[in-house]
Amino acid sequence: MHLIVCVKQVPDTTDVRIDPETNTLVREGVPSILNPYDAHACEEAVSLKERYGGEVTAVSMGPLQAVEALRDCIAIGADRAVLVSDRAFAGSDTLATSYAVWSAIRAAEKAWGPAQVILCGKQAIDGDTAQVGPGVARRLDVPQITYALRVVELDADANTITVERRVEKGLEMVVSPLPCLLTCVEEMNEIRYASLPNLIRSLRYEAVIWGVKDLEADPTLCGLKGSPTAVARVFAPPEREPGEMIEGETAAAKVSGLIARLRERLGQSAPVN
Amino acid sequence: MASEQPFTAQADKLDRLEFDVVIVGGGCAGLAAATVCARAGLRPIVLERGRPGNKNVMGGVLYTRPTAEVFGEFWREAPVERSVIEQSLWVLTEDSALKIGYRSKAFAEGTPNAFTVLRARIDAWFAGQAAAAGALVVPNTKVEEVLRDGERVIGVRTSRPDGDVYAPVTIICEGVNPQLTQQLGMQGEIEPRDMSSVTKEVIALPPEVIQDRFHLAQDEGATIELFGDSSARLLGLAWIYTNRDTISIGVGVSLNDYVKTQVTPHDMLQRLKAHPMVEALVDGGEVREYSSHMIPEGGWNKLPQLYGDGVMVCGDAAMLVNAVHREGSNHAIWSGKLAAETAVLAHERGDFSRRTLANYWHRLYREVPTIRDLRKYRYAMTYPEKHRAVLGAYPDLASYAAREMLTVDGVTKREKEWRILRQALRARSVFGMAYDAIEALRLI
Repeated sequence: MHLIVCVKQVPDTTDVRIDPETNTLVREGVPSILNPYDAHACEEAVSLKERYGGEVTAVSMGPLQAVEALRDCIAIGADRAVLVSDRAFAGSDTLATSYAVWSAIRAAEKAWGPAQVILCGKQAIDGDTAQVGPGVARRLDVPQITYALRVVELDADANTITVERRVEKGLEMVVSPLPCLLTCVEEMNEIRYASLPNLIRSLRYEAVIWGVKDLEADPTLCGLKGSPTAVARVFAPPEREPGEMIEGETAAAKVSGLIARLRERLGQSAPVN
Repeated sequence: MASEQPFTAQADKLDRLEFDVVIVGGGCAGLAAATVCARAGLRPIVLERGRPGNKNVMGGVLYTRPTAEVFGEFWREAPVERSVIEQSLWVLTEDSALKIGYRSKAFAEGTPNAFTVLRARIDAWFAGQAAAAGALVVPNTKVEEVLRDGERVIGVRTSRPDGDVYAPVTIICEGVNPQLTQQLGMQGEIEPRDMSSVTKEVIALPPEVIQDRFHLAQDEGATIELFGDSSARLLGLAWIYTNRDTISIGVGVSLNDYVKTQVTPHDMLQRLKAHPMVEALVDGGEVREYSSHMIPEGGWNKLPQLYGDGVMVCGDAAMLVNAVHREGSNHAIWSGKLAAETAVLAHERGDFSRRTLANYWHRLYREVPTIRDLRKYRYAMTYPEKHRAVLGAYPDLASYAAREMLTVDGVTKREKEWRILRQALRARSVFGMAYDAIEALRLI
């Protein structure tokens, strides 16, 4: 079985600030990490490999330093990693990105066999769009199971996968034919503490790097050219006003203070006793 | 951008992780050892519990010579802060400072004498050098115990699954908390008096402000060591070092004194920053980093066994610190280098027993003058304990003498000298002073 996991390197948003003047992300000095949801997707791919056998290929698009995120996948237990990196991909929106990632999956299938399950994180923590996974599924023309919480069973003979997914008001059990694309939530699993041999392998690992030509991709669908999204305006939302503290000597005084404030809000005058 | 690399999925999966040398700890000692081993053609693995530099705390001044022995003219590319051209000692009382200093541009010429550094940056660079030489530097992996075959050390067990690593020789550079060295019985119990607790802040200021306050040109640095009131008369030293766009300020006090007085290290540092002379230097800066660490100051009398069958101990784990002269990282690098060269020799001979590894200690003692200094300074840490006046009465006396001699108030200099002498005798008896002086001379 061939499992493909799609990952992205993102700035560690716990450290990201918005420059109030330019309204852009301050990325300077912010460390890059493997998108946490993608790490869970990779963990799931590796545990599926351990349950059902097969190989895991990690795929990413990004600048050359994104190999670090792929190294993290190798440490978790992916067998190989491919970085799609080319100037032609610069400025990609989610449409062009899903095209590039789809092209990479197609090339990886050509090299290492058709994939039965493609796994993505539910979204990236920098863009938060959650569009690339579904976009890739659409291009592959395979069913997608978003917000996957648990793989109940993968039946190779029947060529189906049974997945529990998170929906707004509960859980949904879905049976889908293979191949199929899952987007994974963080509750799906706990990312393992990598074994020392895998960690060492990841440190030495040189990812396969593919450009537009290797993917036989259509340059007009890549990067800025292939991105119809136009950013009209970027702004930081206004800061929320802090809550009001109602002071008072005793609990009773605080309560009457609160009632007075609420009445004031509602435009009522104090009751006449 | 296409890569022609052949794909190797399982090629380097090993049944047993075996290397030529296992190095525990990616600080100054471990990274120097790894670099030297790798350049000699051995395959070393460095096991580092965090990331190189991210948990290390040092003042810090890095002396050039020992560092250059391993890393060449590192200052041309490594992220050093400033080349030290002025070093001062301040004896502080509550409201004054007696300053002794030496400044010379010659320190920065040719091979500069010393640099101020920030460990997070410089250690990452050392790690890059080690990796470029061919060493494998493994981060986020803690070594839990030493693996032994009888008396012989054959590797280590890490916290990771399948985490045993084997090598005929292990170099322990585990730092100030030498658990493995103790596990091996090479170091005994470490007591509070053998440790200093250091608290440090890195305070951001524009480079021009730093240069202005310390009278420096660009790239030039100054260091100040402080004594007396800077550690509230407890056994300790404080320091202020200039970095490129920050100032490092810290105070280290014997753990013993902290335990006895119940003063908190945090309060000690804030007290120092509030001293009028010190405040003027750090005023307006923004605190960027706050850190705390231990310094092993047991000295010569607390040196562990530095070698055994299949094992050597370097750096802070080996207590190779001269507390008086703030020398630690230089010894770490020297010891790492010599342990690595001994590991190379052991591989050549095919003998990893203590007989061959003893060369490490012999060379360290013979070839590194500042290691011999450790012996000379072996009573240095007990001296102020026995001679409390050094931290108590003498700074006040020195301050009084300086103020008296420098004040013009219609009194003859002879009379002033008598006043100072009377003041001195009130603080300490003639015999007391003689005792302090004789013991001090013996120390030097």
